[in-house]
Amino acid sequence: MSMNKKTMFTYGGLALFGILGPMLFPQYTLSIAYLWMMVLMASTWDTLGGQMGYNSLGNITFFGVGMYVSAIVQISFFYDGGVGEYTSAMGSIKPEFTAAEYFWGLGLGILAAGIVGLALSLVFSSFMFGLRGPYFAIGSLGLAIAVAEVTITIDYVGGASGISMPLFPGDIEFRSTFFYILCFAFTIVSHFLLRWLYSTQFGLAANAIRDDEDKAEAMGIPTLAYKRIGWAIAAFFMGCIGAVAGNMAGFIDKEVAYPIPTFGIFMVAMALLGGKGTLWGPVLGAIIFHVVKEATWTYLLNLQWVALGLILIINIVYFQQGIMGWLKTKYPELFGIVVDTSNIADDDEKEVAR
Amino acid sequence: MSEAIIQVDDVSKSYGGVKANVDISLQVKRGSITGIIGPNGCGKTTLFNSIVGYHPIDKGSIKFEGKEISHLLVGDIARLGMLRTFQQTRIYSKMNCVDNMQISVSHRAESKSSMFVSRKGEIRERAEHLLEFAGLYSKRNLISGDLSFGQQKLLEFAMALMNEPKTLLLDEPTAGINPTLINGLIDRLRRANEELGITLCVIEHNMRVIMNLAEHIYCLSNGHMLANGKPEELQNDQRVIDAYLGGH
Ligand SMILES: Nc1ncnc2c1ncn2[C@@H]1O[C@H](COP(=O)(O)OP(=O)(O)OP(=O)(O)O)[C@@H](O)[C@H]1O
Ligand SMILES: [Mg+2]
Repeated sequence: MSMNKKTMFTYGGLALFGILGPMLFPQYTLSIAYLWMMVLMASTWDTLGGQMGYNSLGNITFFGVGMYVSAIVQISFFYDGGVGEYTSAMGSIKPEFTAAEYFWGLGLGILAAGIVGLALSLVFSSFMFGLRGPYFAIGSLGLAIAVAEVTITIDYVGGASGISMPLFPGDIEFRSTFFYILCFAFTIVSHFLLRWLYSTQFGLAANAIRDDEDKAEAMGIPTLAYKRIGWAIAAFFMGCIGAVAGNMAGFIDKEVAYPIPTFGIFMVAMALLGGKGTLWGPVLGAIIFHVVKEATWTYLLNLQWVALGLILIINIVYFQQGIMGWLKTKYPELFGIVVDTSNIADDDEKEVAR
Repeated sequence: MSEAIIQVDDVSKSYGGVKANVDISLQVKRGSITGIIGPNGCGKTTLFNSIVGYHPIDKGSIKFEGKEISHLLVGDIARLGMLRTFQQTRIYSKMNCVDNMQISVSHRAESKSSMFVSRKGEIRERAEHLLEFAGLYSKRNLISGDLSFGQQKLLEFAMALMNEPKTLLLDEPTAGINPTLINGLIDRLRRANEELGITLCVIEHNMRVIMNLAEHIYCLSNGHMLANGKPEELQNDQRVIDAYLGGH
């Protein structure tokens, strides 16, 4: 994984921002935590959506399921009555977890959330990948809606009234910092995993599926296996970050766990804005989207949705390839796209390379 | 040399009321170059589609290396070592040429770990070497969808070679190729056959090409097998002349 100067500079800048941001502006710590969360969502969405051309509108399912799974694990691991009694008491039971219990529970909860998310994606894969184009998109949206509805029928997890998450054993500032670090860390891990993944044959196979899946099949590429893996990676990270988000929120119910019209759609919008099918597009898109969202919320409260809608419209009408795609066409040399004109020079170069 | 690598027996395929293939039988000998000719719409592409598992056949048997494959899916058959190129030319149009080549490696012995191998090293070298073979080396970093149609055709051929198939079915490889380049292409097809040991089965409308290239030719007409034989035999076959060659 060699990097050029530009890339190192970008990473350096992001790392500085990630570390100094919450130190210099502690009141924005949670907001920046959400920023990283959105980067993770958009980036992992892009594995299937941008790289392979399977536009899932249902990745938020894994987020919500992860959130609930983590709650179950955290509560039932250290509370004898289990999550059923805990939730049926409607918050009147507030078991005190020791710090060790809390952090162990959280760690196991996040892990379980990731694993269950991944397993669920494999179940979905067994029937969803027969669908293509808009049918896959709408089908996956249907899954999210269905899973959300099913969740609130389960009394064991509090039904429609939700679950209060275990109290964080520490003061509010430490709490913010702690969850900030979790969000930042998961985003970093997912980013570098995807970066590596796209540098292998996997990245090419994904793009081949996007460009012409029938051709890929005809060339013997095991397309289903690639699609499964792509979705499973997204599902794992969405499950983990869902678990973190549930604990950050402190209380979870259907709206918190399955924010289909907001995060569910934002992650797609962010990837499209930055440029789908690229490593950096979703990162850039998420940052711009989040900054605009926060700024308009602060300064133009009523116009926030108008501003976000406007960005999307401009994006879709004028820059369908997103910012990265637009830069790529405008400045191809920045991306190492070389247009060879002279065959002779090429052959010389080849000789030198030998 | 006389062993049949592809053995098609009594295969029929219809689309609704259209009988595209009726009781077709043919053999492709291992190591040979076999031709398929016939007027437009006589069922040549349909036959290719049947052989590579693109659609289920109505009846008959198709064997590859002695193994019945008529119930297998496209990907399974490709991973046995039988590939086809498309009459309409299909490449991965948003990827550059080198990437198109690199992802076309053989997936026959693919394990989970080979899905994650690096793109550098041996695969990359072979990709560049074959692009050179196809005369596309100077275009290697271009987005393949920006190539001319003929260049895309050459790229698709090179991609097929990258896969190291045992058998390659080519659907009109010279269609749209500039006449001065056709000789070069014939030469490359021959070299793929002789040097790389790939059995070729070629659908072709260009009589000069197919008569030069193939050892054995099948002629289809209206979904039926009309005749087969050596090039000079077919050229003198009255049925073939009436159905097909007459117009040329
Ligand atoms: N998918 C399809 N659905 C319906 N009919 C089809 C389909 N594909 C082919 N046909 C019909 O089957 C017949 C044979 O078509 P095929 O494409 O095999 O011809 P061909 O010999 O390859 O012709 P050409 O030389 O023009 O490529 C034609 O009458 C065609 O209309
Ligand atoms: Mg045809």
